[in-house]
Amino acid sequence: MYDLCTPNKRVTRYLGAYTELSLKAQSAQPQPPPAPSVPQQPHQHQRGNKNEDAPNILVYKKMEAIIEKMQAETGGVAVRTVKAFMSKVPSVFTGADLVAWILKNFDVEDVTEALHFAHLLSSHGYIFPIDDHALTVKNDGTFYRFQTPYFWPSNCWEPENTDYAVYLCKRTMQNKTRLELADYEAENLAKLQKMFSRKWEFIFMQAESQSKVAKKRDKLERKVLDSQERAFWDVHRPMPGCVNTTEIDIKKAYRRGGSSHGTGSAGASVAKNPVEQLTRIITLRKQKLERRTIKVSKAAEALVAYYDQYNEFDYFLTSPELPNPWQTDSTEMWDTEKNSKDVPVRRVKRWAFSLRELLNDAIGRDQFTKFLEKEYSGENLKFWESVQEMKALPQSEIKEAIHKIWQEFLAPDAPCPVNVDSKSVELAREAVNSPNGPNRWCFDVAASHVYHLMKSDSYSRYLRSDMYKDYVNCSRKKIKSIPNLFGVKR
Amino acid sequence: MSESAASASNANANDKMASLLKEAESLKAKLEEERQKLNDVNLSTIAERLEQIAFVNIKPRKVLKGHQAKVLCTDWSPDKRHIISSSQDGRLIIWDAFTTNKEHAVTMPTTWIMACAYAPSGNYVACGGLDNKVTVYPITSDEEMAAKKRTVGTHTSYMSCCIYPNSDQQILTGSGDSTCALWDVESGQLLQSFHGHSGDVMAIDLAPNETGNTFVSGSCDRMAFIWDMRSGHVVQSFEGHQSDVNSVKFHPCGDAIATGSDDSSCRLYDMRADREVAVFAKESIIFGVNSVDFSVSGRLLFAGYNDYTVNLWDTLKSERVCLLYGHENKVSCVQVSPDGTALSTGSWDYTIRVWA
Repeated sequence: MYDLCTPNKRVTRYLGAYTELSLKAQSAQPQPPPAPSVPQQPHQHQRGNKNEDAPNILVYKKMEAIIEKMQAETGGVAVRTVKAFMSKVPSVFTGADLVAWILKNFDVEDVTEALHFAHLLSSHGYIFPIDDHALTVKNDGTFYRFQTPYFWPSNCWEPENTDYAVYLCKRTMQNKTRLELADYEAENLAKLQKMFSRKWEFIFMQAESQSKVAKKRDKLERKVLDSQERAFWDVHRPMPGCVNTTEIDIKKAYRRGGSSHGTGSAGASVAKNPVEQLTRIITLRKQKLERRTIKVSKAAEALVAYYDQYNEFDYFLTSPELPNPWQTDSTEMWDTEKNSKDVPVRRVKRWAFSLRELLNDAIGRDQFTKFLEKEYSGENLKFWESVQEMKALPQSEIKEAIHKIWQEFLAPDAPCPVNVDSKSVELAREAVNSPNGPNRWCFDVAASHVYHLMKSDSYSRYLRSDMYKDYVNCSRKKIKSIPNLFGVKR
Repeated sequence: MSESAASASNANANDKMASLLKEAESLKAKLEEERQKLNDVNLSTIAERLEQIAFVNIKPRKVLKGHQAKVLCTDWSPDKRHIISSSQDGRLIIWDAFTTNKEHAVTMPTTWIMACAYAPSGNYVACGGLDNKVTVYPITSDEEMAAKKRTVGTHTSYMSCCIYPNSDQQILTGSGDSTCALWDVESGQLLQSFHGHSGDVMAIDLAPNETGNTFVSGSCDRMAFIWDMRSGHVVQSFEGHQSDVNSVKFHPCGDAIATGSDDSSCRLYDMRADREVAVFAKESIIFGVNSVDFSVSGRLLFAGYNDYTVNLWDTLKSERVCLLYGHENKVSCVQVSPDGTALSTGSWDYTIRVWA
């Protein structure tokens, strides 16, 4: 009997809450039952504090605000009791009404988006179809009902299997066809019975007593309550194939210490030291104040200009010369890129956008190297490339590579001297001879100096050179000579 | 006696907090005033001269099925057609996305592999997650991959994101321990660590400039930081989000960043203007953003949401262009392919989709 203690407490609490719910609901027919207060037990209380920063709470709160709007007396979704053959269906609304309400009250684009929105509200358990385990919404005459706030997911329910067992067990006691267990529920019940075989008697007793209480209730009220309880379990133990919306991102759970995988991360400890955090924020804001910035209009113009330049290379906005492989199942585009020696004019055009573009293209870099050699200033690019290559090396090879670069380009007797100001050379010398050993960034100042030199001088001359113009014309001619540019497969 | 001393020190601490708070607030006000002076016009006003994006030619093209749990991260191969994916099922799968074939599957000793990345050469992949580690695998045969794996770095909490910064020899990681770290692959040596965030680091991205010395990080402290890899210092910081920043991405021009947050908005911050220049949000979008990426021209921002959809934003006009439906659970990652021809999306519905 000893191990029955825990479930005993929980189930009783559950039952207690349930009875309370029924009392409140009685007066509210046929309106959806109003919010019964969450039982004021210490256990729940603790949870309440944790709720504030529970991972999904932000989105739950937003959905609840919407649900409250939907339930408003005026301007809400019309809830009614529908007369059916021989019986009444209490507190329902149709999917069509719901979708119409969303379309009217939200900035959704179309019926598809409204329906998707409704589906999300449903899959989180705020609204549910009155006789379907699949929590989704159809835009038709199907009936839906609001969930009582007591069962809202923001209460951070983490119902246990014993609770689920009691619930399923109870359902078997109500000999109504509408309450019959679905196949997957019957399977779950069988599994739970195996799992809890030792305390099954107890679970059965609990179910029985809950069932007795339920039978005393008003018929219509019972219909509503039964369906709300079912919807609750449809959220927490969803039908196979349905999304379990209560699952949370492990990263977020881990951080808040709410996961079985760990008890909060190091970041949390920093966050708990408000003085340190504030000091940090103050430093950052001071740093920001000192920063020289440009006008928003200037930045905006630059972003728009970038788009103007790259628009024709954006596959999502402009059709490419060759068919997009993903759209046509033809790899022609990739194959030509790999095998063809001819560079399409569009690609050559990009070289003129920036030195970065030119150097990013292997053929472009090749061309620029040749141009620099002709100009007898090849060492600049060579130096810059060597520095970039060195930075990409494993740590073990860094020292040797740095020495080599120093000897080749910067040392007083370097065979291939680069034209760098003395200040940058001095900085590099200090870094190379640093007592802690040189690091991979020791030539960065010199390299960026050289880069700007190339950008402002050689690069602009290259763009004006016959060499580049010839190359552009050449690729243009070749393009023209290829018939059926867009391929026949389209 | 000791009680009064304790209360006195308490009062002292409170005083200090109050004065710090005051200073932070006054700095914020001053900063807003300063930035307002330069806030002469809206980005969307400047973009008025551009034509509206009437239609984006994008449809679902491939569905990659094979994971047995949530897909948490994907990365395009430099070859533009392979995709690596990591999942809660503890497996790493290398796909030929074009044929939808699985080429390799490696089982990790941990579940929840939160991050994976291709090396620039396409010959290695790095991954990690709840094991707090970043592990490198050579791409060879399945058996050899598992045999030749190497642990490069270890954090004190989960590793949430990783990238190779322009070299197979280094890995940059972000972690739940609120730091980022640069590792030497060969030796496992920590080359640089980046302290500054006061919350879990959720995402990082490398600046697309010629030197590759800067990167951006987004964190649960609601901030995005620009870091200098050489010094290990924050060089720029951006605030404004109301909740965790789950994703950060550099604009292809390298002078702006986009962020995605649990506050269900995406934002565009310009580094030259040192401020937020656009917010992408709608009343009907209430779920958080997990991942963002730009199209080649920077005009389109793809954002994957917890509401199972991908929204396409016109970054210049600050309007939504369209919605992509298809996934049946949260969209955990979105990424434009290296040549900009396609978009990959990974989801908690166990699938990866390619759109073009």
